Amino acid sequence: MGFVKGIFNAAADPRLFFLLAVISLAILVWKREQVASNSFGYGVLGCLAIFFAFGSFDANFRLIVTKPDNVPIVGLIFMLVFFVWYSLREGVLNDRRIVKGEGPIEKAESDRVWVWPDLVYIELIALIVCSVVLIVWSIVLKAPLEQPANPANTPNPSKAPWYFLGLQEMLVYFDPWLAGVVLPTLIVVGLICIPYIDTNPKGNGYYTFTERKAEITIFLFGFAVLWASLIVLGTFLRGPNWNFFGPFEFWDVHKLEALTNVNLSEYIWVRALGRGLPQAWYVRELFGILLVLFYVGALPALLGKSLFKGYYEKMGAARYYVGVFLFLMMMSLPIKMLCRWLFNLKYVVAIGEFFFNI
Amino acid sequence: MAETKIVAPKEGPLVQFWNWLTETQAWKSIFRHDRPTSDRTRVLVMLSNVFLHLHPVRIRKSGVKLRYTWCMGGLSFFLFLSLTLTGLLLMFYYRPTLEYAYTDIVGLREHVPFGIMREMHRWGAHAMVITVWLHMFRVFMTGSYKPPREFNWSVGVVMLVLTLLLSFTGYLLPWDQLAIWAITVGSNMARATPFLGHEGPGAGLLRLGDVPLIHAADDARFALLGGTFVGEGALLRFYVLHCVGLPLAIAVLMAVHFWRVRKDGGISGPL
Repeated sequence: MGFVKGIFNAAADPRLFFLLAVISLAILVWKREQVASNSFGYGVLGCLAIFFAFGSFDANFRLIVTKPDNVPIVGLIFMLVFFVWYSLREGVLNDRRIVKGEGPIEKAESDRVWVWPDLVYIELIALIVCSVVLIVWSIVLKAPLEQPANPANTPNPSKAPWYFLGLQEMLVYFDPWLAGVVLPTLIVVGLICIPYIDTNPKGNGYYTFTERKAEITIFLFGFAVLWASLIVLGTFLRGPNWNFFGPFEFWDVHKLEALTNVNLSEYIWVRALGRGLPQAWYVRELFGILLVLFYVGALPALLGKSLFKGYYEKMGAARYYVGVFLFLMMMSLPIKMLCRWLFNLKYVVAIGEFFFNI
Repeated sequence: MAETKIVAPKEGPLVQFWNWLTETQAWKSIFRHDRPTSDRTRVLVMLSNVFLHLHPVRIRKSGVKLRYTWCMGGLSFFLFLSLTLTGLLLMFYYRPTLEYAYTDIVGLREHVPFGIMREMHRWGAHAMVITVWLHMFRVFMTGSYKPPREFNWSVGVVMLVLTLLLSFTGYLLPWDQLAIWAITVGSNMARATPFLGHEGPGAGLLRLGDVPLIHAADDARFALLGGTFVGEGALLRFYVLHCVGLPLAIAVLMAVHFWRVRKDGGISGPL
């Protein structure tokens, strides 16, 4: 039993956890024909249920999963897995119909029905079921109330509300001005921009995958892998001092993790060129600044002429540049994660003088 | 050949009562049409009721399928209504001051037999965040944000932000360790706001001679908390935003959102 738990603890390490999430998404999208079967969907949900049932015998696991505010996230995990699978399945089923020339199932259901009774009754049933679930949930589980607020006593770990834990997890890789302000703003702006960037007229009003491959893959990457899985990571696997703890590991306050991260400037000036760090910040950070300027300034244009040429021609310049900028901003998180894991990179640009660290 | 005789089932007292009730003047003054059993009365029931009038009279068949909509938008709205109701009840017992906030919550827990209003409010709030996410996920996966519904998607994104802010402001109100430290962690981000936070990039550039314009006592975080730390000012600010400001804003946007669902062609479906 200890061996099995050890495997899960090891697999939950942020690096492996993130890698597994990316691989799962790739398999989901690539093998979608097989994924669309009922046996796959219910099999995955069953395995997840067994994992939680098996885990609940472990004291450390039980402690973190049954924390009242964490219970909804356990529900969220199941619902997200189900609905991601379900929407892909509906897409695959529709794609098969489209190939046969039948059109999506929603097309066959486009004749009108009376709202009374057809819709009103469904709403009534949904309302009753939702009320019952909410009331039972409220009776079974007490809302948490800890010790009275005490500004002198900081709990360890201090966590934001669960829906912001993805952002708090980003603090490991970015400074607060990026992780807490700029990137969340860009998430909201990016979401608002989606309908104005996406010029693909297909897939409007029905489930499909093949007609919207890139859009759906990018969205699933942002929503399921970056947003949701980082929330799960931040909630269940981050303990005191925001250190990583496996799901079956004791939250030891004294766990030490060596901080050996190095700035890009030190890599270049000290390790590659064998000199001391220059005094002036603009000389010291020259390479990092150039790299960032290249990433946001030159890379979109280069990609538009090569890899994304098709998109550039289809979308037009304005849509393409806004879209690719938002995409690159989203990808900056996994890129920074990889740099941290592979090269212990701390900051690309580190101008502490102006609180300007990237 | 003997004729088949159709015998009507004998009407029980309940049916008789029902028949009598629906013929009374009071009933007819409220529901100004017959029971919705014919096409005509099914139209009338929708048109003569202000709440049902949110709906169209007829709707595409795929739009009533759980398979297509997952019911998540409707559940988000229902959860908002139940949160408004339970929140109103909680407001009777809760005073947003350092002196009373925590003890009022303890009182709610200790002195109200079978009390579940706080539980329903808290779990309902968590549930609403989840249903809003899943609603948006469904809208994305069915491509329902595509023309002519672009603007309504944008309205929805703003409502997502408001939902998160509503939940975030409510998180502080119990005034326990969980509350103030979660808000401390969250609001600490604001002091790194570029130009507007005193530890944000560029803030140092905003100065008159030697006098910095952006410092700990006037930056973005200060505006959010009404102070330099999570204290009395923050509690009152979050309470007012939670109970009045944000619900009003989201209610207005809901009206726009629902109206635009209708005006943009109803629940989406293939063109």
